[in-house]
Amino acid sequence: MAAETSSVSPAPRFSLIRQLRESPHAQGLALISPTLIYLLFTLVLPLLLVVVLSFMTRGPYGNIIYRVNLGNYTRLMDTLYLRILGYSLLTAALTTVGTILIGYPLAYYIARTPPRQRSVYLFLILVPFWTNFIIRIYAWIMILRTEGLLNSFLLKIGFIQAPLDILYTPTAVLIGMVYEFLPFMVLPLYTSLEKIEPAQLEAAADLGARPFMAFLRVTLPLSLPGMIAGSILVFIPAMGMFVVPDLMGGAKTILVGNLIRNQFLTARDWPFGAAASMLLLILTLIFTLFYTRRAGFGEELLV
Amino acid sequence: MSEKKPALWLRIYALLAYAYIYFPILILIIFSFNTQKINVRWEGFTLQWYKVLFNDQNVILATRNTLIIAFTSTIISTVIGTLAALALQRYRFPGYGAAESLLYVPVIIPEVVMGISLLAFFASIGLTLGLGTITLSHIAFNIPFVTLVVRARLHGFDKSIEEAAMDLGANELTTFWRVTLPTIMPGVLSGALLAFTLSLDDYVITYFTAGPGSTTLPLRIFSMVRFAVTPEVNALSTLWVLTVFIVLLIGQIAQRSQSPQQTR
Repeated sequence: MAAETSSVSPAPRFSLIRQLRESPHAQGLALISPTLIYLLFTLVLPLLLVVVLSFMTRGPYGNIIYRVNLGNYTRLMDTLYLRILGYSLLTAALTTVGTILIGYPLAYYIARTPPRQRSVYLFLILVPFWTNFIIRIYAWIMILRTEGLLNSFLLKIGFIQAPLDILYTPTAVLIGMVYEFLPFMVLPLYTSLEKIEPAQLEAAADLGARPFMAFLRVTLPLSLPGMIAGSILVFIPAMGMFVVPDLMGGAKTILVGNLIRNQFLTARDWPFGAAASMLLLILTLIFTLFYTRRAGFGEELLV
Repeated sequence: MSEKKPALWLRIYALLAYAYIYFPILILIIFSFNTQKINVRWEGFTLQWYKVLFNDQNVILATRNTLIIAFTSTIISTVIGTLAALALQRYRFPGYGAAESLLYVPVIIPEVVMGISLLAFFASIGLTLGLGTITLSHIAFNIPFVTLVVRARLHGFDKSIEEAAMDLGANELTTFWRVTLPTIMPGVLSGALLAFTLSLDDYVITYFTAGPGSTTLPLRIFSMVRFAVTPEVNALSTLWVLTVFIVLLIGQIAQRSQSPQQTR
């Protein structure tokens, strides 16, 4: 039966294949389809599953009861969880500010060095960034813990009488987060600072602007796209971070990331964890859209 | 932006910033040679922690797992991601915008959300967590990065050399293998290098998709750090830092020798 049909009209089918082969639409689709199929199964369907889960209920044994309700979302509005959310937003915001304070002058400096040296300076920023981030946290644990290097140094010079308790506090979490995310701020900032022509600053100087005013009115606005790209790259991962609070924060430092992790792995309340994930995801999207709409960003994000 | 030499305060600031970036790592390396087990004060030089490390079966197994996952996911994501980059840079097709946005999703969404969604998905289809699920997940977050890097390279691609090859009688496939691929190869290689390092380095997504016996190095380091601060962790970290430094240095040198006109 099948053999019969194919033997009846070989020519039109052949030309159909040829037509497809020569159609740019078909060629493009053929090249993109492995990616689309792969991401359908590892990204789209899993995320849809999380959406569905967030409207379900946890059964008595950590199982899932399939009955649609908004219980998990109303539970998220509890002060306990709102506080965790607020604390996560604050931590992410302070981390972003910290990376700008340390990273801006650094990026500015690199952009002002001769072109030959720039790649070396950038390389030096990248090296620690390519080492595992748990190793970097560990380095700070060695420095900050009660019997750590900072305390023994401060005790030795007589600056303090008793060791400071820095590790396992929110301050330690901030120190760790700023260190983790610094390169994500420096690289986009550098990209936009590097593009500023010396002539633009000379023009400002010719028109009588003092260096500080020239910086405020010319350099700073021109580097804004880099700062925005950097803020996205720092703020979003900082919001969902749970490893730094795990290792450097005390038992009380719980961010949204820790909440989600705990619901999935310890409390085994997947529906509630899914609802918390949805909240984090929505906040992330709002933040990204808000910032990308405000400034023409593009290549800064792609360094 | 250059011309004038940076001001003195700026140079001091930069020096301090680099000290801040490197000081913790230097401490880490120095204390890997410390004789004291609780690693609080410097006592004396030893290499015994490296010996302990090389005999640590858990670390050896974790290294093996990490390399298997990194190599497999790099190869697959580089092939798939390069094809996607070619599609997006060369062709217009129905659903172009949607495909492009979809590729940005893994870059933008919080890692923890991607991790739990994969965990829930694998559990719901009855897939046992292990090396396989970790590799599948790593491919997913690597594809977009490969595509981004290769696209950037394709952006400046001169199409006329392809046309010249076709005029000289090469068919599409030959043109691709002999002309297109060699030209975009640096982009493909840096995409692959990025994918490899991302896979090597990943903690969060691996954490959610790993099963018993599939511990990777970052997971191993995490549990070591969690339970005790011993010089063995320092030794492991030192080796990691050195490896990364050497690989990056080779990459830099290779890049420079390839494009002499950029050295100025």
